[in-house]
Amino acid sequence: MSGIRATRRRRQSVLRWVVVTVSMVFFAAPLAGMLDFTTKDAQGRRTAATWAKLVDVEGISRDYPDLAAGFTASVGLAVLTVVVMLVLLVPTMTWVRLRVPGLSRTVEFLCLLPLTVPAIVLVVGLTPVYSWVTYFLGESTIWLGFAYVILVLPYAYRSIDVGLRAIDVKTLSEAARSLGAGWGRVMVRVVLPNLRTAVLSAAFLAVALTLGEFTIANLFSRTNLQVAMFLLGKSDAQISVAVGLAALVFAFIVLFGLSFVGGRSHSRKENS
Amino acid sequence: MTRGVAVQLTDLRRTYSGVNALDGLTLHLEPGELVALLGPSGCGKTTALRCLAGLEDPDSGRVEVGGKDLTKVSTNKRDMGMVFQAYSLFPHLTARQNVEFGLQLRKQGSEQRRRRSAEMLELVGLSAHVDKYAHQMSGGQQQRVALARALAIEPQVLLLDEPLSALDAKVRTQLRDEIRRIQLEVGTTTLFVTHDQEEALAIADRVGVMRSGKLLQLAAPQELYSRPADDFVADFVGLTNRVVGTSRGTTAEALGASLPLLPGSATEGTVTVLIRPEHLTVTQDAQGSAVVISSSFLGAQGRVVVSPGEDLQQVLVQVPSAAVADFAPGDRVTLRPVGAPALAVARG
Ligand SMILES: Nc1ncnc2c1ncn2[C@@H]1O[C@H](COP(=O)(O)OP(=O)(O)OP(=O)(O)O)[C@@H](O)[C@H]1O
Ligand SMILES: [Mg+2]
Repeated sequence: MSGIRATRRRRQSVLRWVVVTVSMVFFAAPLAGMLDFTTKDAQGRRTAATWAKLVDVEGISRDYPDLAAGFTASVGLAVLTVVVMLVLLVPTMTWVRLRVPGLSRTVEFLCLLPLTVPAIVLVVGLTPVYSWVTYFLGESTIWLGFAYVILVLPYAYRSIDVGLRAIDVKTLSEAARSLGAGWGRVMVRVVLPNLRTAVLSAAFLAVALTLGEFTIANLFSRTNLQVAMFLLGKSDAQISVAVGLAALVFAFIVLFGLSFVGGRSHSRKENS
Repeated sequence: MTRGVAVQLTDLRRTYSGVNALDGLTLHLEPGELVALLGPSGCGKTTALRCLAGLEDPDSGRVEVGGKDLTKVSTNKRDMGMVFQAYSLFPHLTARQNVEFGLQLRKQGSEQRRRRSAEMLELVGLSAHVDKYAHQMSGGQQQRVALARALAIEPQVLLLDEPLSALDAKVRTQLRDEIRRIQLEVGTTTLFVTHDQEEALAIADRVGVMRSGKLLQLAAPQELYSRPADDFVADFVGLTNRVVGTSRGTTAEALGASLPLLPGSATEGTVTVLIRPEHLTVTQDAQGSAVVISSSFLGAQGRVVVSPGEDLQQVLVQVPSAAVADFAPGDRVTLRPVGAPALAVARG
């Protein structure tokens, strides 16, 4: 009996390793290719020149102003997107849960809707809106953040929803209110701390998505990181690919950090 | 030490999409008193408590605490300590931080907070667990912390909504007695909602029985038990037998005897007389008209189920536990009321 189980377990763990290896190769091969490409000079010799250029901040902003601007814009976009998304979503979702649970289906539908809308359609729909945005707020790339909020809404909604489901928001907020906390305090002192993991994962997803966004920025003719890389790719392919690789690795680290944060708070619960 | 204030709920009404959760509830709590609200599920106990806490707005009616009208005041300004049925400790805070939460909102200094929280946690017997998180404590311990947290802010009124119903029987009775001890010690006016009659009778100064959003009777436990205002209260609090009888004004004939009637009884005609199991006796009697159906031993006492004959309803009689063995199913017996005052209601 136990022999059969052990065999099965061994077979499963073999299978697991095969799956992991295959997918690692699948994901790593292009990355290795990129790394290889960026560390060769014209004669095919190894050189770190491209990467040296990349870490030389002053040189970059002098020689590739678009790239520097795109990078700054993307970081700004990431911050704006995260802030607007959280300010919009956390209180709204909490409120709906507490006061109008009947609306939760509608809110869910609205938040998941962007998943079904292709970016190109979104752009067509947003164009008239953005002519107003440009009129009132100016041409800056940063205002793309509003479109990005829509883009990240489904993912952010999901993670925050999971977080809200894990706690008894109603009882906790009522307890806090009976102890003298107003709604603002309830949000900041009780709801947010208990949604920490959910909020972090929503924020990480938003950052990863924002840094990798190309279509909308390109169609609106704004220069974010990806658009800058694309433009650069035409003139200096090596530095463009190096930036692409760096961005990918950064996104991996972010997502890895995310699973680490989620996993840690989980294990804290289980240790009890 | 805080001394309690009076609480007055006047003609509270609250409707939920057609359901009258509160249907003109009027309730008065004396300063420092513990009143238990008792009633079947869905009778509006929680709604009453939430209206007092400000978590629910009544459609009409008034909430006054210490002579001040609080009807329009929001929860966080009402100064009430609450303990909920669901575990409600803030999961990201330790027991001590939970207790200090309300003190922090009241801008108390850290030294003062620490002293107060230590004092409160000692009061509920948890001095050894101050740095534990909710998930590291048992249900009973969590409710103790919740009680300490509610009392730490020296609330005007303490509100408890079935705080013990998630706990097992032994912890429940223990914590119930402790709540009473603490309440007497701090003297806070307290409203305790429960559907467990034993719990209500055991710890309350007065018990209010509710039904369909109305208060039927508010009285001290003994009075509620011995002088129920109507048959619903009599049925709900303790066990009661329904026996057919004839009312003669202040007395009634039932089971071949004459019983004094309680005020509020039906004064004429055929009535249902409500008799407690301990107000009946059974004796072995070969010529008796009643027959034993079953007998059971319940530890401190025993119970015999008897059919009085003449196709009357079966009745329950309380007997000393030593006597249980004397009654076997099928035995002929005589059934007699001991003559305690009973309630008679018109047969409907
Ligand atoms: N938020 C609500 N929405 C709709 N109906 C409600 C709501 N809260 C309470 N009710 C209804 O009001 C009535 C009274 O409810 P309440 O919770 O006060 O009862 P209760 O006496 O506390 O019952 P229990 O012993 O089960 O806790 C019930 O019929 C219930 O269905
Ligand atoms: Mg209830």
